[in-house]
Amino acid sequence: MNLSKSPEKLRYLFTTDHRIIGIQYLILALTSVTIGTILSLLMRIHLVWPDRILPFYGPILPEDYLAMVTIHGTIMLFFVLTTAPQSGFGNLILPAQIGARRMAFPVANAIGFWLTATALLILLSSTFVPRGSPISGWTAYPPFSAVASAGPGQGLGMDLWLASIALFAIASSIGGINTLVTIIKLRCKGMTWERLPLTVWGWFTAALLSVLAFSVLLAALLLLFCDRHAGTSFFVPTGDIVNGAIHAAGHPGNGSPLLWLHLFWFFGHPEVYIAILPGLGLTSMLLANFSRRRVFAYRTMIVTTLLIGFLGILLWGHHMFVAGLNPFAASAFAVSTMAIAIPASAKVLSWLATVWRSRPHYTTPMLFSLGFVSLFILGGLSGPILAQPILDEYLHNTFFVIAHFHLIMALAAVFGLFAGTYYWFPLMTGRMMSETLGRLHFWGTLLGAYATFLPMHLTGLMGEPRHYAQLTGVSNAAGHLLAGTLPLNRFITWSAIFLSTAQLFFFANLLYSLFRGSPAPPNPWQATTLEWHPAMHPNFPLEASEIVENPIAVYRQPCQYQPTPTGELFLPQWSPDATVDIKPE
Amino acid sequence: MPSTITPTSTEPKRKNHVEDHDNGSGRRPPTDKRTGGGGEGDNYGDRSQGNHGPRERLVRYRMGIFFALASDLMFFVAIVSSFFVSQSTGHFDAYNNYVNEWTVTTIPPILWLNTAVLILSSITMEIARRRMFHEVDVMDEWLGLGKPITRRAIPWIAVTAVLGVVFLVGQWIAWEQLAMQHVFFLSNPSSHFFYLITGVHGIHLILGIFGLMAALIGLYVSRSLESRQIMVDCASWYWHSMGVFWMFLFVLLVFFQ
Amino acid sequence: MDFPFQAASLLPLLPIDASAHGPAIDHHLLLNIWVILALAALAHLILLIGLVARRRPEATSWRVEYLPLTALAVLFAFLTIRAERLWAEARYTGAEPSALQVQVTGEQFAWYFRYPGTDAIFGVTKPQLIDAGAGNPLGIDPNDSHGADDLVTSELVLPADRQVDLRLNALDVIHGFSVPEMRLKQNAVPGMTIHVHFTPKIPGTYAILCTQVCGLGHYRMNANLRVLPPDEFAAWLAAKQKTVQP
Repeated sequence: MNLSKSPEKLRYLFTTDHRIIGIQYLILALTSVTIGTILSLLMRIHLVWPDRILPFYGPILPEDYLAMVTIHGTIMLFFVLTTAPQSGFGNLILPAQIGARRMAFPVANAIGFWLTATALLILLSSTFVPRGSPISGWTAYPPFSAVASAGPGQGLGMDLWLASIALFAIASSIGGINTLVTIIKLRCKGMTWERLPLTVWGWFTAALLSVLAFSVLLAALLLLFCDRHAGTSFFVPTGDIVNGAIHAAGHPGNGSPLLWLHLFWFFGHPEVYIAILPGLGLTSMLLANFSRRRVFAYRTMIVTTLLIGFLGILLWGHHMFVAGLNPFAASAFAVSTMAIAIPASAKVLSWLATVWRSRPHYTTPMLFSLGFVSLFILGGLSGPILAQPILDEYLHNTFFVIAHFHLIMALAAVFGLFAGTYYWFPLMTGRMMSETLGRLHFWGTLLGAYATFLPMHLTGLMGEPRHYAQLTGVSNAAGHLLAGTLPLNRFITWSAIFLSTAQLFFFANLLYSLFRGSPAPPNPWQATTLEWHPAMHPNFPLEASEIVENPIAVYRQPCQYQPTPTGELFLPQWSPDATVDIKPE
Repeated sequence: MPSTITPTSTEPKRKNHVEDHDNGSGRRPPTDKRTGGGGEGDNYGDRSQGNHGPRERLVRYRMGIFFALASDLMFFVAIVSSFFVSQSTGHFDAYNNYVNEWTVTTIPPILWLNTAVLILSSITMEIARRRMFHEVDVMDEWLGLGKPITRRAIPWIAVTAVLGVVFLVGQWIAWEQLAMQHVFFLSNPSSHFFYLITGVHGIHLILGIFGLMAALIGLYVSRSLESRQIMVDCASWYWHSMGVFWMFLFVLLVFFQ
Repeated sequence: MDFPFQAASLLPLLPIDASAHGPAIDHHLLLNIWVILALAALAHLILLIGLVARRRPEATSWRVEYLPLTALAVLFAFLTIRAERLWAEARYTGAEPSALQVQVTGEQFAWYFRYPGTDAIFGVTKPQLIDAGAGNPLGIDPNDSHGADDLVTSELVLPADRQVDLRLNALDVIHGFSVPEMRLKQNAVPGMTIHVHFTPKIPGTYAILCTQVCGLGHYRMNANLRVLPPDEFAAWLAAKQKTVQP
């Protein structure tokens, strides 16, 4: 697949080929992540140097800051962490990994991509409408999000946000259905459920969650839209007075803001698992691949993937411990939340056991997978703290929470994406990515990530709340409390700048490897999963006659390696009886 | 890193020379084919119908529509749970009296008639669907001996679409009747939900009628029997589900206000 | 204090702990932090040793997975039970009847505190009457006799060592009522009245923050909590009361 040689570029643009759609999704996510990162940098800089004037713009006002928060959160969660692993790699790699020639519904797939792209454009366009983007965060709690006069950006900007997220929800549901049917129906001969690579299990569980959760979000958006424009009061209570005007005066209503919280988090919590589940699967596979080992406790890993998905829809209430939830319900949600620590710990134990005394090959994808493990441990362990209502009462909506979810969800998932990019780049382009630049990128990112997010735990413990547009110039005792966090915050901002700068290695690597990378040998990683079948390789495609002669079939679980006196043997899933010799490096 | 392939005795030699009708597009594993797929175990001959053979595509589309309907069900579940939350939420007025604004929106009796129409339409749709799968005639049509099953299914689908329109008109009349009693969308929390639920369901039915139209056109245009069967099958499962969803919503509106 | 040490002294990052229920929370928080630091260090140690040690055949025993998992499950269960007991103590029951009643109302972007006055009954409020410019930010109905002696302040003043029952609500959007020094946080939700109760211990001036994004002034929506010794509080209350007494 060589894009540049095609005479008909438009055909590639509106293609139904899953692999090109996957790359389109990845490009969309890369654009989004760049925008989201720039926004986060602006926020960090504004937080510690609030008087700086933005070139070509002017001073950053509090509403600008909150608009950046909203767009950063929305773009990162939806258009990066959901789009890239689930839709990007889920299209590029998933069919190949199960030995399918295509996705189950190629046209729906293309429609899904164009809906997503439209959603992104609508979201970004909210920046340019009068009064700007919404300022109520990606969670859009009503009545703040329901009443246009509650703040700048809550008018047209908020409507655009609603339209964008509604389109995204529809696109993700379509994508989820497509993924599920593909995995259930299009597996090749011999690809039993137990032989499915764990990445596929991750995509499968995430797709199940997409199908169940996104339509609930859609319903919530519909109700919110009615509250905003039809004068109903699903979420706005009677007598709610914003900016001196009583909302929907004259219409009786039983509106409850908590109803939105329930509906939103019923979607929102599965959503964050949609972001991380493919990464969990990929990490298991890559660690085993580069350790030349089986995945430890393969069947348990399948079960824990499903269990994390299942428990993921039962614990939305832990976002609402101090939101006015019944304290008894909080206790119940605390138990279900703590329960998810167990399958998550099982994952970590399996990773540790897989690499234990394995002397792995430290390629860049392996480094990022090890980084994933480290981030998942450190970010995950603060989860049980926040799951305890009595401690959440102190830490809720502080930077402790920010640190927690950025480490475990954002950065861990991004490490998964990086690992996937370095790992599968040869399949996309026929070239290897540069290992030197990759190592630099990894160490820069890991250092930067920890330097940025570990201190946030501390400012959170000091009591710094989220969504504060500035820490200086605040009156009363609060000003004293916030000022105390400034030294650490300056350090965090410098670290964030360092972290973002380290990403230049990645871009450099992408560009360099795209044009100058060394040609990829067949199966460069000695991988055992089907996407590395010789028929898939861009440089050495098998002759059609060869494939007809030997149709692909699967004979074993992935990651089967055997030691021999002379070296190691690896047994790809597709090979019926041959093992392939690995020459010692 | 050149790799060489050396046979070992770890796994018994097993080879299936299966005729693959794929012309080999080059870089894609040609395994999603009529004669394989579905990820069965090694016991290749021992598989259930639908994983291979003529019904493979049908089953795939049917599964897709089922997942889509599951997703849609969650949409209605969310609205119904909002219904119950709103119903049980009150507030304290200025005099510290607990007020619940919820009053029952009386169901216009025509809804019973509409429900009957919708059930009837589901029956006609099922007749159409079964016509498309009538074993003996399927063989005739597959062999190219005319279009016996398609011709027999078309009137039933048309009847279903007409009944669907009748249902929608009935719903519209119900709205008009409520409006004459001065019950509007904004009158009361319960009327919010009455209009919202009937409206959202109505939009789903409009989509369903478009689906039926598309199927009708497709039956004339499509030259593949399997495609014709798929169109009717998917349209009918969607239609049945909208019927079942309506039954739930109707019971909710009648008995749970 | 029931605890042999002040947790705050071991964890100098936390703001001082001035409430009666706070030390138990700090203690539990500290325990949690030690546990996760130990687990994180242990996991990384295993990872690093596993990476540097000589290659060995892979482990296959189920014990490697399930024994540590059982231990972790027990550990998490222990932490959960401890936390749930503290939570139950703090939130399952209402305030004592003798607790001081204060109403806390959030609006964009200020907190208002209302004391019920000498009759110990809050007056009726109506949203139509809200007019901050005219000195009635909460919309107290002048026709209601209970409202006449209600005190509305912009700082929360409380006596030390007496339980206080806060009833939280909000006029416009959801706000977060947070007092880090009291280890207290609860959202104020429009349309709901949410009770929280606590006992301030140490006199001083503390920060009340908004912790739920509520608009462009979210960052500056705060107030002071002044905890006074009981006699000073009585004097303050009496002085304030004079200003509103009809």
